[in-house]
Amino acid sequence: MAAFLVRRTIGAILVLVAVTFFVFVIFIVVPGGDPAERIAGKNATPQNIENIRHDWGFDRPFYVQYYKMMEKMATGSLVSYTSQQNVVQQIEQGMPATFSLSIGAGVIWLFFGILVGVISAISAGKFSDRAITVLALVGVSLPIFWLGIVTRYYLAEGGLTSFFPDGEYVPLTDNPAQWFFHLILPWTVLAVGFIGFYGRVLRGNVLDTSNEDYVRTAKAKGLPPKRIMRKHILRLSLIPIITLFGLDFAGVLGGGAILTETVFDLHGVGQYAAQSINNFDLPPIMGVTLYGAMFIVVFSVFVDLLYAYLDPRIRPT
Amino acid sequence: MAETLLQVKDLKVQFATEDGMVKAVDGVSFELERGKVLGIVGESGSGKSVTAMTLMGLTGGVNSRFEGEILYKGTDLLTLSDDQMQQYRGPELGMIFQDPMTSLNPVYRIGDQIAEAIRTHEKIDKRGAKNRSVELLRAVGIPNPEARVDDFPHQFSGGMRQRAMIAMALSCNPDLLIADEPTTALDVTIQAQIIELIGRLKDDFNSAVIMITHDLGVVADIADEIIVMYAGQVVEQASTRDLFYDPQHPYTWGLLGSIPRLDRPRPDRLHSIKGSPPSLINLPQGCAFRPRCQHAFNRCMERPALESHLDVATHLDRCWLDVPYKRSHRDETISGATEAA
Repeated sequence: MAAFLVRRTIGAILVLVAVTFFVFVIFIVVPGGDPAERIAGKNATPQNIENIRHDWGFDRPFYVQYYKMMEKMATGSLVSYTSQQNVVQQIEQGMPATFSLSIGAGVIWLFFGILVGVISAISAGKFSDRAITVLALVGVSLPIFWLGIVTRYYLAEGGLTSFFPDGEYVPLTDNPAQWFFHLILPWTVLAVGFIGFYGRVLRGNVLDTSNEDYVRTAKAKGLPPKRIMRKHILRLSLIPIITLFGLDFAGVLGGGAILTETVFDLHGVGQYAAQSINNFDLPPIMGVTLYGAMFIVVFSVFVDLLYAYLDPRIRPT
Repeated sequence: MAETLLQVKDLKVQFATEDGMVKAVDGVSFELERGKVLGIVGESGSGKSVTAMTLMGLTGGVNSRFEGEILYKGTDLLTLSDDQMQQYRGPELGMIFQDPMTSLNPVYRIGDQIAEAIRTHEKIDKRGAKNRSVELLRAVGIPNPEARVDDFPHQFSGGMRQRAMIAMALSCNPDLLIADEPTTALDVTIQAQIIELIGRLKDDFNSAVIMITHDLGVVADIADEIIVMYAGQVVEQASTRDLFYDPQHPYTWGLLGSIPRLDRPRPDRLHSIKGSPPSLINLPQGCAFRPRCQHAFNRCMERPALESHLDVATHLDRCWLDVPYKRSHRDETISGATEAA
C-alpha cells in the first residue's frame, strides 16, 4: 500500500509537470502570444514593449520562464498578465460555484445514468428499452451550449416562462434555497449528456454480465431475480462506470464544465479558464490547468483504490 | 423398489432463432430413482446440456418452446412459474457446471457464495450459514476449510473451485444433483477425484445424480443407466452394463471407440467419428446419424423409432440394422480395426 502511494505520487508529480509544461510551450509557439505586446496596450512604443519584456522576464529562456512561473504559482504570487489579479485567489473564488455545479450534477447524472442503464438492460429489446435508447442518444448528442441557451430561453427568468432564475451563482452560505434554485438548470444541462452516455455503457455491461457463468450459477442456487441483479450483475457491471465517473467528475470539478459555467454565468473556475483563454492570459491558464490536472490525478488514484475494493482479483496481496 | 424421483416424458425443447426453429431436444424420456446415477452422453450440440438446463428451468425465455413433462416428485416442473421454480433450485435440484473458473462470482468470498444459497432457502443466521459452509467445504475435501472459506475464487485452483461448486450445489441438500460436464475443464488427475467425490456425496446426501458428459469413460464407473444423445434425440438408452457390453447404435460404437483403453490391443489410431453433428434446424432425412454412419443403407432414409430390439426390454436404440449384423460389425469401430486397415 505504501509502495503504491509513493509510486502514484511520483507519477502524479511527473504528470502535473508534463501537463503544465506542454501548455506553456503551446502558448509560446502559438502566434500572437507575445504577452509583452498585450500588457503594453494598443499605443505602446517599441521601447515600452521592450521594457515590459525585460521587466516581466519575457526575454529570458523559456524554461527559465516556466520555472519562474511555477515558482510563483507554488508561492501563490502568480498574477494575471491582463488584470494583474492574483491567479490562485481567482481560482479559489471560483471553486464554490464549480464545486456546487459539479457535485450536484454528478449526483444527478450518476443516479439517473444507473437508473437508465438498468431499466433499459432489464427491458432489452422491448419498447421501453428502445425509447430510452433514443432519448439517451439524443441526450448525448445535444451540445451543452445549445441546450443551455434553449433552457434559458424557455424556462429561465427573462425568457418565455420564467420558472427558474436566469444564471448567476448564489453562495450556499448566503441562501441555500436560492443556491439550489439557481443551480437546477445548470445541473440538469450538464448532467443530460452524461446520463445518456452512462446509461448506454451500463446497459451493455449489464447485458454482458447477465450472460456470465456465475450469474447462471446464482440462478441455479435459486436466488431471487432482484438479488441476482443487485449482487451478481450490477455489482460487477458498475466497476467500469466507477472509472468513467471518477475521471468525468474530476474533469468538471477541475473546471472542465466550461460551457455550462459560461452559459449560466456561474463565475466558476471553468468560466475563469474560458475568459483567460479569450484574453490570451497565460498565468490563469496555467493555474487552471494545474488545478484541473490535480483533480484528474487525485481521482485516478481514488478510482484505483476503489477498484481494488470492488474487485478482489486486483487487490495487492 | 426405490422411490421414483424424476420422470421425464417425451421432453422437447425448441428455440426460435432468426434462421428457424432449433430442435435442441427432440423427445427425451427417462426415469430416475433416488440414489441412482444417470449418465447423458453425446457430442457438443447433442442436446444433453439443454436437457439438464431445462430440468433446472434455466432455458426459459421468449424464444423457448417446451413440450412433454418433467415430473419431479409428481410435480410437472414445466408448468411451474419462475417464482415457484426458484423454490426448487437449491433445496430440490442442485447443479454443477462445466467450467469452475467462470462459474463462481469473482468478487465474493467462496464461503459467502455458499452461505448465500443456504440463507436464501433456510431461516438461519449468518454464523450458522458460515459454519455450514465450512462443513460443506470439509465434506468436498478442501483442506483447512476454516481458513479457505474466506478465500476468493481466484485463490482456489480449478479442482478446488469445482469442489466448491459441488459444495454450493449440495448446500441445501438437493434430492437431485445435475452435473453438466463437471470434469471437462479439469486436469485428468483431478477428474477421477471429482467423479469419485460426486459418487460418494450422492450416497451421503441420499440424492440422485444426472451426469452429463461427452466422455463415456467418465460415467462408466458411476452411472447406473446411460442415455446416448445425438442431434437432440436419444439414440441409445440402456443400463451401463448393457451399453458397454452390448452397444447397439453405431454412434455409441463411435463414442466407445474414441476412448483410449489399456485392456485391449492398441489400435494404430483411436476411432474418430467422421464429419460433424448436423444443424438442429435442418436435420437430415430419416436417421439423424445417417450421413456419418458407415453402415447406413436404404432404410435409413426413414426415421427409426427408439425401441428395444433385444431380449432386454430396457435396452432401447434407434437403428434399423439387425442385431446379428451389429454384433458382428461393431468391434471394427470400437477396437479400431477399420482404422488400422
